[in-house]
Amino acid sequence: MKANAVNLTEKEYLLQGNRTCPGCALSLAYRHILKALEGQVIVTVPPSCLTVLHGMYPITSVTVPCVNTPFASAAASATGLLAGLKALGREGLTVVAVAGDGGTHDIGLQALSAAAERQTDFLYICYDNEGYMNTGNQRSGSTPLGAISGTTPILGKQQIPKDIAAIMEAHGIPYVATANASYPLDLYEKVKKAGAIRGTRFIHVFSPCPPGWSFPFNNTIIIGKLAVETGWVILYEVEDGVFRLTSASESIAKKGDLKPLREYLVEQGRFKSITEQQIEALQRWVNARWKRCLDRADKSPHSVH
Amino acid sequence: MGTRDCRHICGESSPAIGEAGKTGEWRESFPVIDLKKCVVAKQNKPACFLCWLYCPDAVITKTIPIQIDMEYCKGCGICAQICPAHAITMVHEQGLCLDDMD
Repeated sequence: MKANAVNLTEKEYLLQGNRTCPGCALSLAYRHILKALEGQVIVTVPPSCLTVLHGMYPITSVTVPCVNTPFASAAASATGLLAGLKALGREGLTVVAVAGDGGTHDIGLQALSAAAERQTDFLYICYDNEGYMNTGNQRSGSTPLGAISGTTPILGKQQIPKDIAAIMEAHGIPYVATANASYPLDLYEKVKKAGAIRGTRFIHVFSPCPPGWSFPFNNTIIIGKLAVETGWVILYEVEDGVFRLTSASESIAKKGDLKPLREYLVEQGRFKSITEQQIEALQRWVNARWKRCLDRADKSPHSVH
Repeated sequence: MGTRDCRHICGESSPAIGEAGKTGEWRESFPVIDLKKCVVAKQNKPACFLCWLYCPDAVITKTIPIQIDMEYCKGCGICAQICPAHAITMVHEQGLCLDDMD
Protein backbone atom coordinates (compact mmCIF):
# COMPACT_ATOMS: atom_id res chain seq x y z
CA MET A 1 0.00 0.00 0.00
CA LYS A 2 1.30 3.44 -0.91
CA ALA A 3 1.95 5.66 2.08
CA ASN A 4 -0.21 8.75 2.53
CA ALA A 5 -0.85 11.23 5.32
CA VAL A 6 -3.91 9.29 6.51
CA ASN A 7 -2.46 5.77 6.66
CA LEU A 8 1.03 6.69 7.94
CA THR A 9 1.80 5.46 11.46
CA GLU A 10 1.11 7.82 14.36
CA LYS A 11 4.02 6.44 16.37
CA GLU A 12 6.73 9.09 16.83
CA TYR A 13 10.37 8.27 17.55
CA LEU A 14 11.40 11.94 17.61
CA LEU A 15 10.27 13.76 20.76
CA GLN A 16 8.92 17.29 21.09
CA GLY A 17 11.00 20.09 22.55
CA ASN A 18 14.26 19.27 20.75
CA ARG A 19 17.04 21.69 19.87
CA THR A 20 16.47 22.16 16.10
CA CYS A 21 15.66 25.61 14.73
CA PRO A 22 12.00 26.36 13.92
CA GLY A 23 11.13 25.06 10.44
CA CYS A 24 14.08 22.63 10.33
CA ALA A 25 13.86 20.27 7.35
CA LEU A 26 16.28 17.83 8.98
CA SER A 27 13.90 17.40 11.91
CA LEU A 28 11.05 16.70 9.48
CA ALA A 29 13.12 14.28 7.41
CA TYR A 30 14.51 12.45 10.46
CA ARG A 31 10.98 12.06 11.86
CA HIS A 32 9.91 10.20 8.72
CA ILE A 33 13.16 8.24 8.40
CA LEU A 34 12.62 6.76 11.88
CA LYS A 35 8.94 6.11 11.11
CA ALA A 36 9.88 4.23 7.94
CA LEU A 37 12.34 2.02 9.81
CA GLU A 38 9.81 1.52 12.65
CA GLY A 39 12.43 2.41 15.24
CA GLN A 40 14.27 -0.89 14.74
CA VAL A 41 17.58 0.87 14.21
CA ILE A 42 20.91 1.77 15.70
CA VAL A 43 21.85 5.23 14.50
CA THR A 44 25.41 6.44 14.24
CA VAL A 45 25.95 10.17 13.86
CA PRO A 46 29.09 12.24 13.30
CA PRO A 47 29.10 15.88 14.49
CA SER A 48 26.29 17.64 12.64
CA CYS A 49 22.98 19.37 13.26
CA LEU A 50 21.65 15.91 14.06
CA THR A 51 23.96 15.72 17.08
CA VAL A 52 22.37 18.97 18.22
CA LEU A 53 18.92 17.46 17.67
CA HIS A 54 19.88 14.37 19.69
CA GLY A 55 20.55 16.65 22.62
CA MET A 56 22.93 17.06 25.53
CA TYR A 57 23.74 14.47 28.18
CA PRO A 58 21.82 13.17 30.15
CA ILE A 59 18.72 13.76 28.01
CA THR A 60 18.09 12.87 24.37
CA SER A 61 15.21 13.72 22.03
CA VAL A 62 15.05 10.39 20.22
CA THR A 63 13.77 7.04 21.42
CA VAL A 64 16.16 4.94 19.34
CA PRO A 65 19.73 3.91 20.28
CA CYS A 66 22.29 6.30 18.90
CA VAL A 67 26.07 6.50 18.89
CA ASN A 68 27.90 9.81 18.52
CA THR A 69 31.14 9.29 16.60
CA PRO A 70 34.07 11.44 15.45
CA PHE A 71 33.55 13.40 12.25
CA ALA A 72 35.34 11.19 9.75
CA SER A 73 34.02 7.88 10.98
CA ALA A 74 30.24 7.53 10.54
CA ALA A 75 30.57 4.67 8.05
CA ALA A 76 33.49 3.09 9.94
CA SER A 77 31.52 3.06 13.20
CA ALA A 78 28.55 1.52 11.36
CA THR A 79 30.88 -1.30 10.28
CA GLY A 80 31.90 -1.77 13.92
CA LEU A 81 28.29 -1.75 15.12
CA LEU A 82 27.45 -4.44 12.57
CA ALA A 83 30.36 -6.58 13.77
CA GLY A 84 29.12 -6.11 17.35
CA LEU A 85 25.56 -7.11 16.47
CA LYS A 86 26.88 -10.18 14.66
CA ALA A 87 29.02 -11.17 17.66
CA LEU A 88 26.05 -10.83 20.01
CA GLY A 89 23.76 -12.69 17.61
CA ARG A 90 21.27 -9.81 17.46
CA GLU A 91 19.01 -9.75 14.40
CA GLY A 92 16.28 -7.52 13.03
CA LEU A 93 18.12 -4.23 13.61
CA THR A 94 19.20 -1.92 10.80
CA VAL A 95 22.41 0.04 11.29
CA VAL A 96 21.86 3.55 9.94
CA ALA A 97 24.52 6.21 9.60
CA VAL A 98 22.98 9.67 9.32
CA ALA A 99 25.41 12.45 8.48
CA GLY A 100 25.28 15.96 7.13
CA ASP A 101 26.84 17.06 3.88
CA GLY A 102 30.07 17.97 5.69
CA GLY A 103 30.28 14.50 7.18
CA THR A 104 29.55 12.93 3.79
CA HIS A 105 30.84 15.06 0.90
CA ASP A 106 34.00 16.23 2.67
CA ILE A 107 35.19 14.71 5.94
CA GLY A 108 33.44 11.32 5.95
CA LEU A 109 33.87 10.46 2.26
CA GLN A 110 36.88 8.18 2.69
CA ALA A 111 35.21 6.02 5.37
CA LEU A 112 31.96 5.92 3.39
CA SER A 113 33.72 4.92 0.17
CA ALA A 114 35.65 2.19 2.01
CA ALA A 115 32.50 0.83 3.69
CA ALA A 116 30.68 0.74 0.33
CA GLU A 117 33.64 -1.05 -1.23
CA ARG A 118 33.54 -3.65 1.59
CA GLN A 119 29.80 -4.10 0.84
CA THR A 120 28.99 -3.36 4.49
CA ASP A 121 25.34 -4.12 5.20
CA PHE A 122 24.15 -0.69 6.34
CA LEU A 123 22.04 2.27 5.31
CA TYR A 124 23.81 5.61 4.92
CA ILE A 125 21.62 8.71 4.86
CA CYS A 126 23.16 12.06 4.00
CA TYR A 127 20.95 15.02 4.82
CA ASP A 128 22.21 17.86 2.70
CA ASN A 129 21.75 21.41 4.01
CA GLU A 130 24.60 22.61 1.76
CA GLY A 131 27.00 23.83 4.43
CA TYR A 132 28.38 23.33 7.94
CA MET A 133 25.27 24.83 9.48
CA ASN A 134 25.63 24.28 13.22
CA THR A 135 29.20 25.63 13.41
CA GLY A 136 28.59 28.91 11.57
CA ASN A 137 27.51 28.18 8.01
CA GLN A 138 30.95 27.46 6.53
CA ARG A 139 31.10 26.31 2.90
CA SER A 140 31.13 22.58 2.19
CA GLY A 141 31.61 20.42 -0.89
CA SER A 142 27.86 20.67 -1.39
CA THR A 143 27.45 24.47 -1.19
CA PRO A 144 26.25 25.81 -4.56
CA LEU A 145 28.15 28.22 -6.79
CA GLY A 146 27.43 31.84 -5.84
CA ALA A 147 26.12 31.12 -2.33
CA ILE A 148 27.23 33.31 0.56
CA SER A 149 28.59 31.26 3.47
CA GLY A 150 30.65 31.80 6.63
CA THR A 151 33.90 31.26 4.71
CA THR A 152 32.79 32.88 1.42
CA PRO A 153 31.15 35.97 2.92
CA ILE A 154 31.39 38.51 0.10
CA LEU A 155 31.62 36.96 -3.36
CA GLY A 156 29.98 33.64 -2.57
CA LYS A 157 31.37 30.21 -3.39
CA GLN A 158 33.19 29.98 -6.73
CA GLN A 159 32.81 26.25 -7.42
CA ILE A 160 29.92 23.98 -8.34
CA PRO A 161 28.88 21.32 -5.78
CA LYS A 162 29.72 17.60 -5.86
CA ASP A 163 27.11 15.14 -7.10
CA ILE A 164 27.41 12.74 -4.15
CA ALA A 165 24.65 10.38 -5.32
CA ALA A 166 26.53 9.83 -8.59
CA ILE A 167 29.77 9.23 -6.66
CA MET A 168 28.04 6.59 -4.51
CA GLU A 169 26.35 5.04 -7.53
CA ALA A 170 29.78 4.53 -9.07
CA HIS A 171 30.57 2.18 -6.16
CA GLY A 172 28.06 -0.27 -7.65
CA ILE A 173 25.99 -0.54 -4.47
CA PRO A 174 22.49 -2.10 -4.61
CA TYR A 175 20.45 1.00 -3.79
CA VAL A 176 21.05 4.72 -4.31
CA ALA A 177 18.27 7.29 -4.05
CA THR A 178 17.79 11.02 -3.74
CA ALA A 179 14.97 12.43 -1.61
CA ASN A 180 13.74 15.74 -0.30
CA ALA A 181 12.32 16.67 3.10
CA SER A 182 9.55 18.59 1.31
CA TYR A 183 8.29 15.30 -0.13
CA PRO A 184 8.08 13.26 3.10
CA LEU A 185 6.00 10.44 1.61
CA ASP A 186 8.52 9.87 -1.20
CA LEU A 187 11.29 9.92 1.43
CA TYR A 188 9.33 7.47 3.61
CA GLU A 189 8.85 5.00 0.71
CA LYS A 190 12.53 5.16 -0.23
CA VAL A 191 13.79 4.61 3.33
CA LYS A 192 11.31 1.75 3.78
CA LYS A 193 12.51 0.14 0.55
CA ALA A 194 16.17 0.67 1.45
CA GLY A 195 15.57 -0.82 4.92
CA ALA A 196 14.55 -4.14 3.34
CA ILE A 197 17.57 -4.40 1.00
CA ARG A 198 20.85 -6.02 2.08
CA GLY A 199 24.21 -4.43 1.31
CA THR A 200 25.31 -0.79 1.33
CA ARG A 201 22.42 1.56 0.64
CA PHE A 202 22.72 5.33 0.20
CA ILE A 203 20.03 8.00 0.34
CA HIS A 204 20.78 11.66 -0.30
CA VAL A 205 18.14 13.84 1.40
CA PHE A 206 17.87 17.50 0.39
CA SER A 207 17.20 19.49 3.54
CA PRO A 208 16.56 23.29 3.30
CA CYS A 209 17.98 25.33 6.21
CA PRO A 210 16.06 28.57 7.01
CA PRO A 211 18.76 30.41 9.04
CA GLY A 212 21.70 29.20 6.90
CA TRP A 213 20.07 29.99 3.55
CA SER A 214 18.36 33.17 4.78
CA PHE A 215 14.70 32.53 4.11
CA PRO A 216 11.68 32.71 6.48
CA PHE A 217 11.06 29.65 8.70
CA ASN A 218 7.63 28.95 7.20
CA ASN A 219 9.04 28.68 3.63
CA THR A 220 11.01 25.45 4.22
CA ILE A 221 8.54 23.28 2.31
CA ILE A 222 8.10 25.82 -0.51
CA ILE A 223 11.88 26.15 -1.03
CA GLY A 224 12.25 22.35 -1.08
CA LYS A 225 9.47 22.02 -3.65
CA LEU A 226 10.93 24.84 -5.78
CA ALA A 227 14.26 23.01 -5.78
CA VAL A 228 12.59 20.00 -7.40
CA GLU A 229 10.41 22.07 -9.75
CA THR A 230 13.48 23.92 -11.08
CA GLY A 231 15.59 20.76 -11.39
CA TRP A 232 18.12 21.75 -8.72
CA VAL A 233 17.14 18.50 -6.98
CA ILE A 234 16.10 15.50 -9.06
CA LEU A 235 14.17 12.80 -7.21
CA TYR A 236 15.25 9.36 -8.41
CA GLU A 237 16.29 5.93 -7.27
CA VAL A 238 18.74 3.44 -8.71
CA GLU A 239 17.91 -0.09 -7.66
CA ASP A 240 20.40 -2.73 -8.85
CA GLY A 241 21.50 -0.39 -11.61
CA VAL A 242 17.95 0.36 -12.83
CA PHE A 243 17.26 4.09 -12.86
CA ARG A 244 13.79 5.48 -12.14
CA LEU A 245 12.54 9.04 -11.63
CA THR A 246 10.08 9.28 -8.73
CA SER A 247 7.40 11.55 -7.30
CA ALA A 248 7.43 15.16 -8.55
CA SER A 249 10.47 14.68 -10.82
CA GLU A 250 8.61 11.91 -12.66
CA SER A 251 5.60 14.13 -13.31
CA ILE A 252 7.82 17.07 -14.35
CA ALA A 253 9.52 14.74 -16.86
CA LYS A 254 6.12 13.68 -18.22
CA LYS A 255 4.85 17.25 -18.54
CA GLY A 256 8.22 18.75 -19.52
CA ASP A 257 7.61 21.88 -17.43
CA LEU A 258 10.89 22.52 -15.66
CA LYS A 259 10.91 26.03 -14.16
CA PRO A 260 13.92 28.35 -14.63
CA LEU A 261 16.45 28.02 -11.79
CA ARG A 262 16.25 31.76 -11.08
CA GLU A 263 12.86 31.24 -9.35
CA TYR A 264 14.58 29.05 -6.76
CA LEU A 265 17.61 31.32 -6.29
CA VAL A 266 15.75 34.61 -5.72
CA GLU A 267 13.86 33.18 -2.73
CA GLN A 268 17.07 32.82 -0.70
CA GLY A 269 19.23 35.51 0.92
CA ARG A 270 22.41 33.47 0.45
CA PHE A 271 22.28 34.16 -3.32
CA LYS A 272 22.04 37.94 -2.90
CA SER A 273 25.42 38.60 -4.52
CA ILE A 274 25.18 36.00 -7.30
CA THR A 275 26.14 37.32 -10.75
CA GLU A 276 24.30 36.76 -14.04
CA GLN A 277 27.22 34.64 -15.30
CA GLN A 278 26.99 32.44 -12.21
CA ILE A 279 23.22 32.00 -12.66
CA GLU A 280 23.84 30.98 -16.28
CA ALA A 281 26.57 28.56 -15.22
CA LEU A 282 24.27 26.99 -12.61
CA GLN A 283 21.42 26.77 -15.14
CA ARG A 284 23.74 25.00 -17.62
CA TRP A 285 24.81 22.58 -14.84
CA VAL A 286 21.16 21.87 -13.95
CA ASN A 287 20.15 21.45 -17.63
CA ALA A 288 22.98 18.98 -18.33
CA ARG A 289 22.12 16.90 -15.25
CA TRP A 290 18.38 16.95 -16.03
CA LYS A 291 19.05 15.84 -19.62
CA ARG A 292 21.28 12.99 -18.36
CA CYS A 293 18.50 11.85 -16.03
CA LEU A 294 15.83 12.05 -18.76
CA ASP A 295 18.03 9.98 -21.11
CA ARG A 296 18.55 7.36 -18.40
CA ALA A 297 14.83 7.30 -17.53
CA ASP A 298 14.00 6.78 -21.22
CA LYS A 299 16.31 3.79 -21.45
CA SER A 300 15.10 2.17 -18.22
CA PRO A 301 12.40 -0.56 -18.14
CA HIS A 302 10.18 1.80 -16.08
CA SER A 303 10.22 4.38 -18.90
CA VAL A 304 7.95 7.35 -18.22
CA HIS A 305 6.98 7.83 -21.88
CA MET B 1 21.39 -8.06 27.02
CA GLY B 2 21.44 -4.33 27.51
CA THR B 3 23.93 -1.58 27.93
CA ARG B 4 22.08 -0.01 30.86
CA ASP B 5 23.23 -2.76 33.22
CA CYS B 6 26.75 -3.10 31.84
CA ARG B 7 28.21 -1.55 35.06
CA HIS B 8 30.82 0.33 33.08
CA ILE B 9 30.98 4.09 33.31
CA CYS B 10 29.46 5.32 30.06
CA GLY B 11 27.79 8.53 28.97
CA GLU B 12 24.33 7.30 28.11
CA SER B 13 21.37 9.66 27.73
CA SER B 14 17.73 8.77 28.37
CA PRO B 15 14.95 9.93 26.06
CA ALA B 16 12.64 12.67 27.33
CA ILE B 17 10.31 15.31 25.94
CA GLY B 18 11.58 18.87 26.22
CA GLU B 19 15.32 18.24 25.96
CA ALA B 20 15.82 21.92 25.05
CA GLY B 21 13.28 23.15 27.61
CA LYS B 22 9.85 24.50 26.76
CA THR B 23 10.54 25.31 23.10
CA GLY B 24 7.16 27.08 22.88
CA GLU B 25 8.94 30.03 24.49
CA TRP B 26 10.93 30.52 21.25
CA ARG B 27 7.79 31.49 19.32
CA GLU B 28 7.22 34.85 17.66
CA SER B 29 3.78 33.84 16.42
CA PHE B 30 1.49 30.93 17.15
CA PRO B 31 -0.87 28.88 14.95
CA VAL B 32 -4.64 29.16 15.39
CA ILE B 33 -6.91 26.58 13.76
CA ASP B 34 -10.31 27.53 12.39
CA LEU B 35 -12.23 24.26 12.80
CA LYS B 36 -14.98 25.51 10.47
CA LYS B 37 -12.44 25.39 7.61
CA CYS B 38 -10.37 22.33 8.68
CA VAL B 39 -11.17 19.34 6.42
CA VAL B 40 -10.69 16.80 9.24
CA ALA B 41 -13.11 18.59 11.59
CA LYS B 42 -15.64 19.22 8.80
CA GLN B 43 -15.72 15.60 7.60
CA ASN B 44 -15.34 14.26 11.17
CA LYS B 45 -13.22 11.35 9.92
CA PRO B 46 -9.52 10.73 9.19
CA ALA B 47 -8.61 12.88 6.17
CA CYS B 48 -5.96 15.35 5.00
CA PHE B 49 -3.63 15.49 8.08
CA LEU B 50 -1.06 17.41 6.00
CA CYS B 51 -0.23 19.68 8.97
CA TRP B 52 0.57 16.59 11.03
CA LEU B 53 2.65 15.15 8.17
CA TYR B 54 4.73 18.29 7.62
CA CYS B 55 5.21 19.45 11.24
CA PRO B 56 8.99 19.22 11.85
CA ASP B 57 8.56 18.98 15.61
CA ALA B 58 5.72 16.46 15.78
CA VAL B 59 3.61 18.80 17.94
CA ILE B 60 0.40 18.34 15.91
CA THR B 61 -1.74 15.32 16.80
CA LYS B 62 -3.35 13.02 14.27
CA THR B 63 -6.73 13.22 15.98
CA ILE B 64 -10.23 14.56 15.22
CA PRO B 65 -10.07 17.49 15.64
CA ILE B 66 -6.32 18.05 15.36
CA GLN B 67 -4.58 19.61 18.35
CA ILE B 68 -1.34 21.58 18.61
CA ASP B 69 0.92 21.24 21.64
CA MET B 70 1.58 24.92 22.44
CA GLU B 71 4.13 24.04 25.11
CA TYR B 72 6.57 22.83 22.43
CA CYS B 73 5.34 24.41 19.13
CA LYS B 74 8.23 26.60 17.90
CA GLY B 75 5.90 28.67 15.71
CA CYS B 76 7.65 28.03 12.39
CA GLY B 77 4.37 28.43 10.47
CA ILE B 78 4.83 25.48 8.10
CA CYS B 79 1.36 24.16 9.03
CA ALA B 80 -0.22 27.49 8.02
CA GLN B 81 1.67 27.43 4.69
CA ILE B 82 0.81 23.82 3.89
CA CYS B 83 -2.90 23.77 4.89
CA PRO B 84 -4.90 23.38 1.65
CA ALA B 85 -8.06 24.80 3.29
CA HIS B 86 -6.21 27.81 4.81
CA ALA B 87 -7.65 26.79 8.19
CA ILE B 88 -4.49 27.72 10.13
CA THR B 89 -3.38 31.33 10.60
CA MET B 90 -0.28 32.55 12.42
CA VAL B 91 -1.09 35.10 15.11
CA HIS B 92 1.68 37.24 16.60
CA GLU B 93 2.39 36.48 20.25
CA GLN B 94 1.28 39.99 21.23
CA GLY B 95 -2.10 39.40 19.61
CA LEU B 96 -1.51 41.12 16.27
CA CYS B 97 -2.40 39.11 13.15
CA LEU B 98 0.58 38.95 10.77
CA ASP B 99 -1.69 39.76 7.81
CA ASP B 100 -2.74 43.00 9.53
CA MET B 101 0.86 44.13 9.91
CA ASP B 102 1.57 44.28 6.17
